[in-house]
Amino acid sequence: MEVFVQQLINGITLGSIYGLIAIGYTMVFGIIGMVNFAHGDVFMLSAFVALITFLLVTTFLAAIGIIAGSVWIVVTLLICLVAAMIVTSLWNWAIERIAYRPLRGSFRLAPLISAIGMSIFLSNFVQVAQGPRNKPTPPMLTDVFTVMKGANYDVNISFKQIAIWLVTAVLLACFWYVVQRTPLGRAQRACEQDRKMAALLGVDVDKTISLTFVMGAALAAVAGTMYLLYYGVVSFSDGFTPGVKAFTAAVLGGIGSLPGAVIGGLLIGLIETFWSAYFTIDYKDVAAFSILVVVLIFMPQGILGKPEVEKV
Amino acid sequence: MRWETDPILKVEHLTMRFGGLIAVNDLTFSAGRGDITALIGPNGAGKTTVFNCITGFYKPTEGRMALIHPRLDIDAEIAAATISGDAFVSRPSVFLLERLPDYRVSGEAKVARTFQNIRLFAGMTVLENLLVAQHNALMLASGYSILGILGTKSYADSEGGAVDRAKYWLEKINLTDRADDPAGDLPYGAQRRLEIARAMCTRPVLLCLDEPAAGLNPRESLELNALLDSIREHEGTSILLIEHDMSVVMEISDHVVVLDYGTKISDGEPSFVKNDPHVIAAYLGVDDEEVAAAEAEVDAVEAEVRP
Repeated sequence: MEVFVQQLINGITLGSIYGLIAIGYTMVFGIIGMVNFAHGDVFMLSAFVALITFLLVTTFLAAIGIIAGSVWIVVTLLICLVAAMIVTSLWNWAIERIAYRPLRGSFRLAPLISAIGMSIFLSNFVQVAQGPRNKPTPPMLTDVFTVMKGANYDVNISFKQIAIWLVTAVLLACFWYVVQRTPLGRAQRACEQDRKMAALLGVDVDKTISLTFVMGAALAAVAGTMYLLYYGVVSFSDGFTPGVKAFTAAVLGGIGSLPGAVIGGLLIGLIETFWSAYFTIDYKDVAAFSILVVVLIFMPQGILGKPEVEKV
Repeated sequence: MRWETDPILKVEHLTMRFGGLIAVNDLTFSAGRGDITALIGPNGAGKTTVFNCITGFYKPTEGRMALIHPRLDIDAEIAAATISGDAFVSRPSVFLLERLPDYRVSGEAKVARTFQNIRLFAGMTVLENLLVAQHNALMLASGYSILGILGTKSYADSEGGAVDRAKYWLEKINLTDRADDPAGDLPYGAQRRLEIARAMCTRPVLLCLDEPAAGLNPRESLELNALLDSIREHEGTSILLIEHDMSVVMEISDHVVVLDYGTKISDGEPSFVKNDPHVIAAYLGVDDEEVAAAEAEVDAVEAEVRP
């Protein structure tokens, strides 16, 4: 029982990170029907931006003689989060502008190939610029609450897990509000359904698509910062596996559906942690992807996806 | 003739080729301000292509399409100049539509259109469909959604204004009680009316309607005529109309332009067009005697060329 609760807590934490990345995949797919394979590397890049910001801020604080207390850690992490969101958004905006927009009228496969190229470019760029080794941060927010006392095992929630849950929940709520209630969100949903008609009603489709990439990147940056906080280490190759898992999450939840992406992310996170706890950790990725295969055989649209309707 | 003295749209030498096919061939016509101008012709005459060129859907191969904005309300102009802090406010009054990308044809030149097959955002609610049409004003007021998230008063006001305008149109098309239903769930006739209302929410000076009466029953057809009349009367919007239903065309239009095989064959008031032999020939074909006469002429020419 204790193991179960502990793994539930860990799984939800991991799942929120996947969910945040998955939203980027699902939004871009929804609006231009393209799988942005570079999104995982955008996520990795954001973790590096957060790491660099963290080092700069802590060095600065040490230089002016402030001893890092818990308040300062929180402030530093907030600065890292905001910096990562801004810089990563700019990156993704530029990627869309350079690598995808010129190919928009082209055949379907062209932007996909361009995305794979962009993915390779980003991971190689980070490898060259930051070095191939793992980059660590000092452990932070490691204090734990004991939620449940067992016979030989205590169930703990660490502060950083709580921080991850809180930040994810708050940003998902903001994001949900933007999509459902603001003119930008309405324009995005309109473009999703009929881009040409939206343009004829005065919506600047290119700008809306750019802003979609910016929003997806901002959420990926939140995930990147949380990932860095959670694992305390990041390397140039860390974009691939979480990226593919988040894509899996988006497909599992029903690609194009925003709540589906979050649910898919949580499911993948839970499957992975439970498998690692009860069976073998070596096969956790196999487990996650096998579930995907099974779900897609019986529910090809994913959990919340809409069946494809042929337009006439 | 208002379309000669005070046109809102002047189309000159418009040509649209798709590879070897000439869909519109050197078309020149004007639409009068405040008029309902009907564009008619047999199937495949190129009417929808003309619409697609006007609304930025296609870039025409050749030709010029000028949209002339009306002189604005004088008091509003004086107020705008006063607020601006400058000595005057300059606003473009002529738009060359063939040079504008599609979203600016709607956003700046203020041309709106509907389609032959309904293109509502079926998954969004009726109200949201009308709000998307007011996107530009709302985007500005919401500071690209940043102020919208913060919920500032200026944004709340403009959102309220947009909702009021949407409500006004919902009332006009009798859909107020279905405002929060998905647009795709409405019956066909209601979807048609909603499409016109959505186009009107962009505050157009020219409204292009592609077969608005197609598939409507006689009662819905009458409601549509009333709606179009009221748009012309109360909104000051000029209307360009493609229609097959001759009873609709002859009853409500002020000016009729007839196309056949991409070429203009007649242009004038409905009573003139109705009796134009070219139009009758295009719609009904020609008499056997005329065909015989034409064939005889061809034979004579052939005989001359090949003795």
